Amino acid sequence: MKTTIPKTKQYGVEDIESPPLSISQLVWLRFRRHKMALVGVVLLILLILFSTVGALFRTEAYGNITDTSIRLQAPSPEHPFGTDTVGRDLLTRTIYGGQISLMIGLTAVIIQIVVGVLIGAIAGYYGGWIDSLLMRFTEAVFNVPTLPLLLVLSKMLSDKIPTIELFGREFSGSVIVITGVIGLTSWMGLARLVRANFLSLKEQEFVTAARSIGAKNSSIIFSHILPNTIAPIIVSSTLGVAGAIINEAYVSFLGVGVMPPTATWGNMLNGAYKYIETAPWTWIFPGTLIVLTVLSINFVGDGLRDALDPRALVETE
Amino acid sequence: MSALLQIKDLQVQFQTIEGTVHAVNGISYDLDKGQTLGIVGESGCGKSVSVLSVMGLIPEPPGEITKGEVIYRGKDLLKMDKKEIRKIRGKEIAMVFQDPMTSLNPVLTIGRQLSEAQILHLKISKEEATSRSIELLNIVGIPKPEERLGEYPHQFSGGMRQRVMIAMALSCQPSILIADEPTTALDVTIQAQIVELTKKLRDQMDMAVIWITHDLAVIAELADRIIVMYAGFIVEETDIFQLFENPLHPYTLSLLKSIPRVDKRIDERLATISGYPPNNLIMPPGCSFAPRCSHHIDRCWVEVPKLKNVGSNHQIACWVDVTTGKEL
Amino acid sequence: MNDRQVLVQVKELKKYFPITQGILFQREVGAVKAVDEISFDIYKGETLGLVGESGCGKTTTGRTILQLYRPTSGNILFDNVELVTASSKKLRNMRKRMQMIFQDPYASLNSRWTVSRIVSEPLRVHNLHSGEDRTKRVEELLDMVSISAQCLNRYPHEFSGGQRQRIGIARALASEPEFIVCDEPISALDVSIQAQVVNLLEELQDHLGLTYLFIAHDLSMVRHICNRVAVMYLGVLVELTDRDELFSNPLHPYTKALLSAVPIPDPKITRSRKRVVLEGDPPSPANPPAGCRFHPRCPIATEQCKREVPEWRELKPRHWVACWKA
Repeated sequence: MKTTIPKTKQYGVEDIESPPLSISQLVWLRFRRHKMALVGVVLLILLILFSTVGALFRTEAYGNITDTSIRLQAPSPEHPFGTDTVGRDLLTRTIYGGQISLMIGLTAVIIQIVVGVLIGAIAGYYGGWIDSLLMRFTEAVFNVPTLPLLLVLSKMLSDKIPTIELFGREFSGSVIVITGVIGLTSWMGLARLVRANFLSLKEQEFVTAARSIGAKNSSIIFSHILPNTIAPIIVSSTLGVAGAIINEAYVSFLGVGVMPPTATWGNMLNGAYKYIETAPWTWIFPGTLIVLTVLSINFVGDGLRDALDPRALVETE
Repeated sequence: MSALLQIKDLQVQFQTIEGTVHAVNGISYDLDKGQTLGIVGESGCGKSVSVLSVMGLIPEPPGEITKGEVIYRGKDLLKMDKKEIRKIRGKEIAMVFQDPMTSLNPVLTIGRQLSEAQILHLKISKEEATSRSIELLNIVGIPKPEERLGEYPHQFSGGMRQRVMIAMALSCQPSILIADEPTTALDVTIQAQIVELTKKLRDQMDMAVIWITHDLAVIAELADRIIVMYAGFIVEETDIFQLFENPLHPYTLSLLKSIPRVDKRIDERLATISGYPPNNLIMPPGCSFAPRCSHHIDRCWVEVPKLKNVGSNHQIACWVDVTTGKEL
Repeated sequence: MNDRQVLVQVKELKKYFPITQGILFQREVGAVKAVDEISFDIYKGETLGLVGESGCGKTTTGRTILQLYRPTSGNILFDNVELVTASSKKLRNMRKRMQMIFQDPYASLNSRWTVSRIVSEPLRVHNLHSGEDRTKRVEELLDMVSISAQCLNRYPHEFSGGQRQRIGIARALASEPEFIVCDEPISALDVSIQAQVVNLLEELQDHLGLTYLFIAHDLSMVRHICNRVAVMYLGVLVELTDRDELFSNPLHPYTKALLSAVPIPDPKITRSRKRVVLEGDPPSPANPPAGCRFHPRCPIATEQCKREVPEWRELKPRHWVACWKA
């Protein structure tokens, strides 16, 4: 009997017709369901805009002009955030301070990722004595209390590193030291995470397949396994940025972090220490911004963690 | 005599990010006392989902039983509240799952898990439950049961664990045992042991059994009646001998032709079913099997076939008579 | 067929996995004897089935032949080239000629790579073809396994299990191998798809002259596709012979039990036949029994079986068995 519909017709999905959602689409859809994560993204964008676009309206130099005659003035039209103990405009300092704090956060995390991923990947992939050695080293560094280490190192090294110029701004040596120290003392958690993932992924059949084809170890580590463990790295790094910002704030607040005149939210708090009640504007603005930044990063991190949950992405039988 | 279990027009759906999954699309069947019913189908056909609904084990959300009744001893299980269902589950209707490793709690001893259901349902003391457990382990063929009660699941092999699962299922002497692919993950010699055990116990206890599998050969040993499912529908239902001697649905026919046999040599290429397994996100207007069917006619594409009688005790959901190629 | 060429020789192969304890330096406290001295040949153009139940060592054997595990002792010769002692450069070169197809279609393809990248990996690793030629070759390979060329930039999760398995087959064919180890290639697939994949494997063998080592536990499929069959139990070979001979005249008691345990899709036959149902479970490969490994479960074991490891003897022409009572 002749049919009007061809035999190969499928009702729905053939392997050429519109495919199911791609991995990035799925991730975005899941991320979108997290209201707080979206709030975090919006906040973060606003904060970044504040620190970057804001710089177009005021120069850094302006924020360094001291004028003791207008010291500790409450917010006014001329100085919307008020002035600090030596009469510097707080709004400008907050804007430029934001740049530094965010930049330190980001750069420290990059260091964290490079060191953590390398150590974790090599330990997890090769196993044996290499793994033991690297993990004992990791644990040793883990056990060194970070804050005292940060304090000691930054006090020792801050004066020794010269200022550098980048993007038209001057960064005192202390910024570099802080970034380096934070980065080099916070990679351990990530290393463990990456190692754990490598330990399980290297037993998967697609890795055995790559070995049977004759692929080199470096290719297997970086082209095969690493892309499959991006999710925890992203989540850990997102939260790492928040951690680095807080670390910097601690250290600068205690007076051994980034040195003035370079402003950071942390060392602005140091300056506000004695005037908590009498001149609250000196700490409210930088303090609130730190809290907002860290909160929004945490929300985004939470959302990413759920959205990237591998069990939801990989379709299993 | 009315049936022990009656499933009427059951429909189950799942809401997912990609859309609605139509897992079960209106199936009906009966189970008589002491009967062994086999449900056969491939992944995604809805066989497991349909029995999980009977047990009230479908997570809602994302699952949803949109239609249907499950009548056990005159009462509709789907309308019962959680408390009533719990009285039936484990006591009158018991279930054995595919993977004994994940269905047993790894941090509790076997003895504790065996006693749990008994103490709950039979309201007996711990000591009584323990001695019954020892007897149960004996019945399912676990040597030295007194010693093994204190051991943990990981100390048992796959076959032994499955026996423990069966012991747990039988502990309250259910009238229906539902086994969802219980031997799929087991070696073939262990599978043979479990099948023999099930036959022995079912005869001894006059228990009704629903055995779900994708393996037509295994079900040939056990079942009295068999249901073949595809894409959430029942496509063929008959007694076990008729299914193999005279299959009438194109899917069943193709399936039987595509499996090799250990007792016969097949010198040509195996017959295959062209195309791909169905996509449950889509409810086609016609028969779900049409794209892969070699006997399809126009009507198959526009109207979903209903189950109808094609012989004594033999029903299929198809518009075509496979022997003649003409419409039924 | 006596002048058949031998492609792969396995000689007294052993693979033990050490069980270790220790915090910094691991001490060996025992070993899982996954493969405990087996020897057999694989002839060019044939499909040799390797069957047995879990823990018998068949998967380990397949992987050790390809040097994915390094043997504890023994030799593997591929086309007369010794693989165990080969330099890493030579071994890499040999990998072009011997490939593997895996069991799990969901885990054997890198879910972050496109189909094109997956299938062309052997070409990149061994520097075969380049540029446009490479793309052409990938399309050719996909065509051989009936996957449309439009799927080059798709990801594995967009395909079904059977399609993924075919992509894996295309990858295995990329370097034009002569020998493919098929490690339970259809166990994870639906019944209706198994036949498709098996037919594909047979067609490819006809067209490309491939040699297969077909590792499986489904004896019905093994009967269909293999020329000769080897049976393993707890790390040793117990029987090896031509396919028809094994299924009609099994000599080893384990083989007989195995065959009788396989269900048959015919209720009249299956309910009337007599079965040998083995008692108990196979023991652990870490602690195999002395003498014949099968003796604790064997219905005809004797004192000799408990003490002496049975010899591997050719009891009938081209039919080898390791049993004192066969």
